[in-house]
Amino acid sequence: MIMLKVTDLKVNYGGIEALKGISFDVRQGQIVTLIGANGAGKSTTLRAISGLVKPSDGSINFMGRDITAFNSQKIVAEGVAMVPEGRRVFANLTVKENLKIGAYLRKDKDEIEEGIKDIYRRFPRLKEREWQLAGTLSGGEQQMLAVGRAMMAKPKLLMMDEPSLGLAPLVVKDIFSIIRDLKSEGITILLIEQNANAALRCADFGFVMETGRITMTGSGQELLVNEAVKNAYLGSN
Amino acid sequence: MIDKMLPYLLSGISVGGQYALIAVGYTMVYGILRLINFAHGDIFTAAGFFMVYIAAALPVPLAIPLVVILTVLLGVTVERVAYKPLRSAPRMSVMISAIGVSYLLQNLMWYVTGGLAKQYPVIPWISDSVTIGSATTKMVTLITPVLTILLVLALVTIIQKTKIGMAMRAVSKDFETAQLMGIKINSVISTTFVIGSLLAAVGSVLYFSNYTSVTPTVGAMPGLKAFVAAVFGGIGSIPGAVIGAFIIGICENIIKALGYTTFSDAFTFALLIVILLFKPTGLFGEKTSEKV
Repeated sequence: MIMLKVTDLKVNYGGIEALKGISFDVRQGQIVTLIGANGAGKSTTLRAISGLVKPSDGSINFMGRDITAFNSQKIVAEGVAMVPEGRRVFANLTVKENLKIGAYLRKDKDEIEEGIKDIYRRFPRLKEREWQLAGTLSGGEQQMLAVGRAMMAKPKLLMMDEPSLGLAPLVVKDIFSIIRDLKSEGITILLIEQNANAALRCADFGFVMETGRITMTGSGQELLVNEAVKNAYLGSN
Repeated sequence: MIDKMLPYLLSGISVGGQYALIAVGYTMVYGILRLINFAHGDIFTAAGFFMVYIAAALPVPLAIPLVVILTVLLGVTVERVAYKPLRSAPRMSVMISAIGVSYLLQNLMWYVTGGLAKQYPVIPWISDSVTIGSATTKMVTLITPVLTILLVLALVTIIQKTKIGMAMRAVSKDFETAQLMGIKINSVISTTFVIGSLLAAVGSVLYFSNYTSVTPTVGAMPGLKAFVAAVFGGIGSIPGAVIGAFIIGICENIIKALGYTTFSDAFTFALLIVILLFKPTGLFGEKTSEKV
């Protein structure tokens, strides 16, 4: 089943066309990745889907509903959560508050408490630091918190913007194993990565973006062995 | 000596409390919008006029809640009309808009009152005289600090313990990520203005009950001093604003007690200059705990 259908999406930033009409689908239960160089329009795509920027043209359809004109709250309520680039945890809130605020739109108090416990089981280090301000966590811990916070919204689709950026290689490994775990639990993931190698390895499907367009599509495996992708994004050896 | 100082000290604490109630509005709006709401002092004055006109028609105990409601409506309307359309504009534009609103409100008040001082109603009980030791003062002098502290404690509890308080803290840190959590930025901002205006209205009733009349510009000075208090305490910090306000209120009155009444206003503004020169973030300026 197609969960997210983006059709001919265009976004302008003050006269500059950041997205020049891209179309792609995300199927339920899959990990789909957008790869490409800086400025290719990957982040803009996620920002448009989450309602932070208004597209100038095209449509975004989620679970059969046209969400193109929805604002951010409505989109979160529909079941789309985002782990933003650079983690963006609320440094002035405690770890626990950061998790609570992820469930801001949910009313089921008991289940929220359960959800927090569940996140702590997944990331025991967050439990240890429950009452600490999120600003005092290490980069990797902050990334776990950002993932946990997004999970607290009980999303159907989880979008992740460069989750491995700026993290130590060991931590990057952890992050990708978390992404695989989430998939095995049935969460659909739309992943943006500069680390194309790791992203394509865990992705069911990939799209290569270049200056506002999608230039190549294929399964993760296909793109991994594709000569053009190898040369441009994976390093030719 | 203590007999001579006591009345000044009492009135210093009281005035400090009134400044604090105004200063919280400045500091909260700054905390969220990074905007100095120049219209805040005029909203405080407008609350004085609301009281004048409403108390002419209704008994005072009924008038007070109405004054508070009208002041809150005015504060929220100013935000909706003058600041909200400029949400993505540069900060300077919003500040200019705030200065515009300030002048607009002042001139509206000139227009409505014809520039004449309006007699402020006598509020029963809080205007009564009490004697403490050697000092005879009004009830309001004693009520103000107590009420101020209770209101500020309530506010801090709201901000630390409730869901809307958590949303306010999140929005003050990061608009965009707060939106991604499903928080409605605009309703959080409106809440901030509701709280700020409500406290200014309470402050206004307490402040003006010490005076016989209200004029359109009479709120400018307490408004400015509350602003200095907010900067002194570290703008954005609520405890800072309150402590700053009490310090300013008390110092001003001690200076008066020493016989230098002429310099009491000058002291406050000299303090502002000194703070800006040596500790621009104020007493409790924003801690930065972010890791890069």
